[in-house]
Amino acid sequence: MIPAAFEYERAGSVDEAVALLGRDEDAKLLAGGHSLIPTMRLRFSRPSLLVDIGRLDDLRYVRENRDRIAIGALTRHAELIRDPMLREHCALIGEAAALIGDPQVRHRGTIGGSVAHGDPASDLGTILLTLDAELVARGPRGERTIPAAAFFSGPFENALEHQEVLTEIRVPKAAGTYLKYVRRAHDWATVGVAAARVDGRVQVGLTSMGPTPLRARSVEDALADGASPADAAAHAADDTMPPTDATASSEYRAHLAQVLVRRALERL
Amino acid sequence: MENLALEGALTVTFVRSLFAHANIVDVDATAAEALPNVQVLTAADMDLGVFGPPPFPGVNPGMGRPLLAVDRVRFVGDIIAIVISDDRATGADAAELVSVDYDPLPAVVSPYEAAKDEVLLFPEVGTNVAARFGSPEHDEKLFGGCDVAVSGTLVSQRMAPCPLEPRSAAAELGPDGRITAWLSTQTPHQDRMVLAGTLGLDPAQVRVVGPDVGGGFGAKMLNVEEVLVVWLARRLGRPVRWTETRSESMVALPHGRAARLEFTLGGMRDGKVLAYRLEVLQDCGAYAVLGAFLPNLTGLMASGVYAIPRIEFESRSVVTNTTPISAFRGAGRPEASQVIERAIDTFAAELGMDPAEVRRRNFIPADAFPHTTASHAVYDSGDYEGALELALRSVGYDELRDEQRHRREQAATTQLGIGISCYVEITNGIAESEFGEVEITPDGGAIVRTGSFSHGQGHETTFAMIAAERLGLPVEKVTVHKGDTDEIAKGTGTYGSKSTQIGGAAARLAADDVLELAKQLVADYLEASPADIVLDPAVGRLHVAGDPSIGISWADLASRASADERLAELKAEHEFQAAPTFPFGAHVAVVEVDTETGRVELRRLVAVDDAGTLINPLIAEGQVHGGIATGVAQALYENFVYDDDGNPLTGTFVGYAFPSSADLPSWEAVEMETPTPLNALGAKGIGESGTIGATPAVHNAVVDALTPFGVRNVDLPANGENVWRALREAKA
Ligand SMILES: Cc1cc2nc3c(=O)[nH]c(=O)nc-3n(C[C@H](O)[C@H](O)[C@H](O)COP(=O)(O)OP(=O)(O)OC[C@H]3O[C@@H](n4cnc5c(N)ncnc54)[C@H](O)[C@@H]3O)c2cc1C
Repeated sequence: MIPAAFEYERAGSVDEAVALLGRDEDAKLLAGGHSLIPTMRLRFSRPSLLVDIGRLDDLRYVRENRDRIAIGALTRHAELIRDPMLREHCALIGEAAALIGDPQVRHRGTIGGSVAHGDPASDLGTILLTLDAELVARGPRGERTIPAAAFFSGPFENALEHQEVLTEIRVPKAAGTYLKYVRRAHDWATVGVAAARVDGRVQVGLTSMGPTPLRARSVEDALADGASPADAAAHAADDTMPPTDATASSEYRAHLAQVLVRRALERL
Repeated sequence: MENLALEGALTVTFVRSLFAHANIVDVDATAAEALPNVQVLTAADMDLGVFGPPPFPGVNPGMGRPLLAVDRVRFVGDIIAIVISDDRATGADAAELVSVDYDPLPAVVSPYEAAKDEVLLFPEVGTNVAARFGSPEHDEKLFGGCDVAVSGTLVSQRMAPCPLEPRSAAAELGPDGRITAWLSTQTPHQDRMVLAGTLGLDPAQVRVVGPDVGGGFGAKMLNVEEVLVVWLARRLGRPVRWTETRSESMVALPHGRAARLEFTLGGMRDGKVLAYRLEVLQDCGAYAVLGAFLPNLTGLMASGVYAIPRIEFESRSVVTNTTPISAFRGAGRPEASQVIERAIDTFAAELGMDPAEVRRRNFIPADAFPHTTASHAVYDSGDYEGALELALRSVGYDELRDEQRHRREQAATTQLGIGISCYVEITNGIAESEFGEVEITPDGGAIVRTGSFSHGQGHETTFAMIAAERLGLPVEKVTVHKGDTDEIAKGTGTYGSKSTQIGGAAARLAADDVLELAKQLVADYLEASPADIVLDPAVGRLHVAGDPSIGISWADLASRASADERLAELKAEHEFQAAPTFPFGAHVAVVEVDTETGRVELRRLVAVDDAGTLINPLIAEGQVHGGIATGVAQALYENFVYDDDGNPLTGTFVGYAFPSSADLPSWEAVEMETPTPLNALGAKGIGESGTIGATPAVHNAVVDALTPFGVRNVDLPANGENVWRALREAKA
């Protein structure tokens, strides 16, 4: 399919990208293009101007920042998988990244694009929410930090303002695991479950169980009250709104969430 | 196709219906035609009737497909208007600007609903039933004398063919008034006839070329789009081209399967089957094309590999507001093997017998061929028990049953399932003929011209091997030409796995004819009698019998004949026609089923596919390989679904679970060759066998894994959700 006509500019820096976005309210950032371009080709999305930040290599990094790990927004999924720092301190990010799409997707797609796109089936979105990550955005009025819990506001919606560029993602050092149920090897999650131990507390997140990535608060509370993994997991679908679509029904997703949460907790 | 250099070609973009069922009130193309060099045509601009090939026998002719929807659309994807533009991008913009005023009608999506005739797709016809085959009469005593009868309902779900290369067509009117059509097709010669017929032309005015194009899987029979492209090239006097987008291909290329299958199978406690009743409700989609006819093949093949004394078959084909159904890898036969193989397993489960043993007690014996079944098929040759025993040995059946028992005893979360399918299928199903021609070239090589068409099947290799062997030429000296109706006198094309058995056989016969002609010429040159000339196939030399020193090689013969202007004598054509053949085999699938999530993992698939004599085992294996992938895809992954309003829910690969190699294990293909007496090669078809055998093997394996939980069937695709549902229902 062929997208509707659009203009294209390549940004040489974040500030330039911010300025270019200011030119047109229908302008959009282009990172790895692996979510945006498919939607443009189906004409679900019709940006008037694409501001390409795909070559801002100074936003591709994973660094230790005191007790946290800082990840540049343009870091590709494949880089997350290979990164030794993440392997040591926050292995579930690479574990989840390795389950995204196929090799082509993993070599083009970026962590920033993944969360900014706001797809409720995004694996990394769930991970960031589970870890209580912080997202750093830069806009015309400078930089601000958004907690993950405040970032995801709806399907394909987030807290970023039009001219804001996501630059960095900060996660705590944490042990965790990610389980993803897929129909096919390269599928989006029918249901995904992240479980991590953050500051001594077990936190659980869900993919494809509602309009945004979700936290399984009742599971977390049950665990905090001393419930066994199996008993806690029975609450996995509480307060969720799993969709019914061509991939699965809502009830099957609710069932999967329970099985996968139990398994993730047992693995933790 | 897109690389064809066509100077000044215009691009075609189809405006397709967004509604499954609606009256078209108005089409306003003003905004679209305001774009540079854009022209929009609708049914009002057409001077052509209904798209033909003639309707299939027994199919209601009043439900044919018009070339463009006239007044009413009947599925999402039906063509409402044609946009002509200079390039694809402008075409996409313009198509979006064509404003269609629809008056929506209630849509009928389920064939059960359609059969009630409450919402009619063709009110003037008065029913949605497009065809009935078999006998509507029930024999009250069909199951008389049976100890046990089991029944069930199965769905052979709708599949999108998903060729890697979507359809493409281009056409150009020559200065001589002849039209040339380049098509991504399976059947250039038939296309020429249908194009000529529909456009009201003399076939001699139409040339069809099938370049090196890819996969058809049955779905690339000539359709309305190709006819429109050719019509446009004539009307506009400019070359015209169209290439389907993937999104378009998902809804506009015909789908396959879409049958509801109800069976009852009765027999004795000792495992002997006595009677079988099969009822098919075929969804034909929005227009009654080939899909309406397919249940015939299901009925013909109902008996499977078993000697069943009494068989009753009945089918109805109904139109629905969905993509039309046509042939797709197997076309009517996978349904037959799916249902008989599930029926046999259900019967075995009821008796508490091993499914392999029940099969052994019912096979048509190897010494009973030719064999006429109670469903009226005449099987040529086979050794069904031999195929099963080979498959069981190869897979290690007894060890697997031990492992299964162990897991069951341990109440393991992941259970093991072993599924058997023994199948027989029909290739060259309507006893067609094919054309072959062989000609010696000036350098002493050969050209094979075949009316069969290769769109990825490797005829270029197989047919060259056949001729090379007959002529004693190295295979690289033989070139195969196909797909150009100006060069190849006639042909039927490639579908129904019939190419080698008739096209290859025709090439062989033509090669034999050329050899006889060569003997005459050599006899002239050597002043001998043609009867005394023999070929030494090892070196490609014709010589006097008993005296190899007096002879002439193909190269020398060709150059001498060229010099004498007698080379044209070394050319022969042959048309070969034969009855259908019946390839068969046995597949054993081994699956692991996660009884908590329902997830099925295919661990192994051992496939014995017997297609008679193999010409090129590697190419045959390629056919088996792809065939199995399609069969497994139906068993575990794919399902094309609509919502109640007829909107496709699986119109992209995000929703439509087309598997990739990452999802599938390496197949264990085991060769077996039982030649057919029906052609000189001994060859049967191989293109669809893998598909036909694999689906029931995997399906049976999944049900087998879940037997201890009381599960008797799992709906296809047997994906996690359907397995979970089956487990939940069995518990309830
Ligand atoms: C076949 C296929 C399979 C896939 N499977 C999965 C899967 O299993 N799991 C999964 O999680 N994902 C999957 N994806 C999505 C993939 O991870 C995408 O690459 C990712 O979601 C988007 O990243 P991107 O860099 O490609 O973003 P783009 O497509 O370039 O952009 C996506 C959106 O984010 C915005 N954006 C991008 N970067 C920034 C930024 N720094 N600041 C602000 N806004 C920004 C863009 O404007 C756009 O709106 C799949 C994609 C494909 C094509």
